[in-house]
Amino acid sequence: MLIECPWCGPRDETEFHYGGQAHVSYPDDPSVLTDEQWARYLFYRDNPQGRFAERWCHGSACRRWFNAVRDTRTHQIVATYRTGESAPVT
Amino acid sequence: MTAQDTADAVPELPATLWRDPEPKRGYDVVIVGGGGHGLATAYYLARNHGITDVAVVDKGWLAGGNMARNTTIIRSNYLLDASAGIYEHAMKLWEGLADDLDCPILFSQRGVLNLAHSPQDVREGVRRVNANRLNGIDAEWLDPRQALEICPILNISPDVRYPVLGATYQPRAGIARHDYVAWGFARAADRLGVDLIQDCEVTGIEVDSGRVTGVSTTRGLLTARKVALCAAGHSSVLAEMAGLRLPVQSHPLQALVSELLEPVHPTVVMSNAVHVYVSQAHKGELVMGAGIDQYNSYAQRGGLHVIQRQLAAALELFPIFARAHVLRTWGGIVDVTPDASAILGLTPIDGLYLNCGWGTGGFKATPGAGWCYADTIANGVPHPLAAPLTLERFATGALVDEHGAAAVAH
Ligand SMILES: Cc1cc2nc3c(=O)[nH]c(=O)nc-3n(C[C@H](O)[C@H](O)[C@H](O)COP(=O)(O)OP(=O)(O)OC[C@H]3O[C@@H](n4cnc5c(N)ncnc54)[C@H](O)[C@@H]3O)c2cc1C
Ligand SMILES: [Zn+2]
Repeated sequence: MLIECPWCGPRDETEFHYGGQAHVSYPDDPSVLTDEQWARYLFYRDNPQGRFAERWCHGSACRRWFNAVRDTRTHQIVATYRTGESAPVT
Repeated sequence: MTAQDTADAVPELPATLWRDPEPKRGYDVVIVGGGGHGLATAYYLARNHGITDVAVVDKGWLAGGNMARNTTIIRSNYLLDASAGIYEHAMKLWEGLADDLDCPILFSQRGVLNLAHSPQDVREGVRRVNANRLNGIDAEWLDPRQALEICPILNISPDVRYPVLGATYQPRAGIARHDYVAWGFARAADRLGVDLIQDCEVTGIEVDSGRVTGVSTTRGLLTARKVALCAAGHSSVLAEMAGLRLPVQSHPLQALVSELLEPVHPTVVMSNAVHVYVSQAHKGELVMGAGIDQYNSYAQRGGLHVIQRQLAAALELFPIFARAHVLRTWGGIVDVTPDASAILGLTPIDGLYLNCGWGTGGFKATPGAGWCYADTIANGVPHPLAAPLTLERFATGALVDEHGAAAVAH
């Protein structure tokens, strides 16, 4: 799989580490969450058959995190973008 | 295993396996997914509970998912009581399964070595052996020489990157012929009246006021009093049809076989640290698997570098394999949970049952999971051996953390 790092350009998958679903934000005030809500934050992630916004880290080069939208049925990467940017409409 | 075991392997299957019925309009229980777990569940529903108005529906042909793709390792040497309970229950069922199903399954109890390559692996292994014994499960700790006696082709030289420092050994562990297991359960369930319906994809789960009422499929609507999910890697997709989110991620898991070779490998060898496990099937091919590919996927394939790394590890452990050839590689989609243990039990929707999260290691559980799931479905309460494996554990925090014993695989 060829992955386009937003800083370094296209590189082989072996240079990257996977980080799971993107755009999962830390709860504003964890202390007010119920156990069920905390479990949702900690253990539950989307697992779609299709497009998925996910995190990758370019560990063997720039060592920076970024996001990708990838199709889990084909492994085709639709877009990559920098952390802090919102997912492109694809 | 002797040369004789291999030579006279592969017995004939019965001439008739199962009917190919048209789906009825409704059933008492519809099981979604005709892999090993779905078929075993149907069989035990009929045999143990007398519930025979049952359909198993599969979007493809029976047992064409992970059941057809696994490396068939069977063992019960897990660390925690919750896992030991259900896997050892499965092991006891495996030991009588060919007779029970009246079908050969080539269950060969040739033992499994789990290698240790670091002081931490050694501590973990010794601890697991002790935990296994306390649970009445056969387990021994072996030093490298003793491991070599069990598996004479193992490289125990200290001059390698990850030398073998010892191994756990479970003599009753082994392998079985996965397709025969599936067909044996299918035939036995069919004979008891279960409808096995292939080429029937579930596209919706019908829920009315918090109660399941049936499933929509590509072959029409099937009403059901109870719906039992057994969809392995596709569990999240199915649960979502009922508005349920699961703590499960789907990943590719790859394996490969060599060409047929003379019997050289008498046992099963697994190594979490160098990420490989190897056995030799009855016909003679070396069967090897690796760890999961890192990303989520439903594509039933993974990256070649995973296979390369796994072969490099295998060659260091077994230099004798250097001139063997890879005949074929493949991948399945496995359902991985945060604590590397399965989820088996009820859901917030009445009449909807869940069996998933077996990840890289659910083949060995097939009879045990089917048994406990059937009991849970029949009685509407979790079977005692499944009680620790409920969905609620992620909220209560009572996780069944088997990463040590389940991590890489199998
Ligand atoms: C490469 C590999 C190696 C493995 N090695 C081992 C091992 O050595 N030991 C071990 O214990 N375990 C191993 N496993 C894990 C084991 O194979 C699985 O945990 C187990 O097979 C899962 O249960 P199952 O047999 O019911 O799954 P499956 O056979 O995958 O059954 C699920 C079924 O659901 C069907 N389905 C999905 N969606 C729908 C739908 N919408 N409608 C209708 N049907 C649907 C699928 O077609 C499929 O037939 C391995 C897995 C892989 C991929
Ligand atoms: Zn980079």
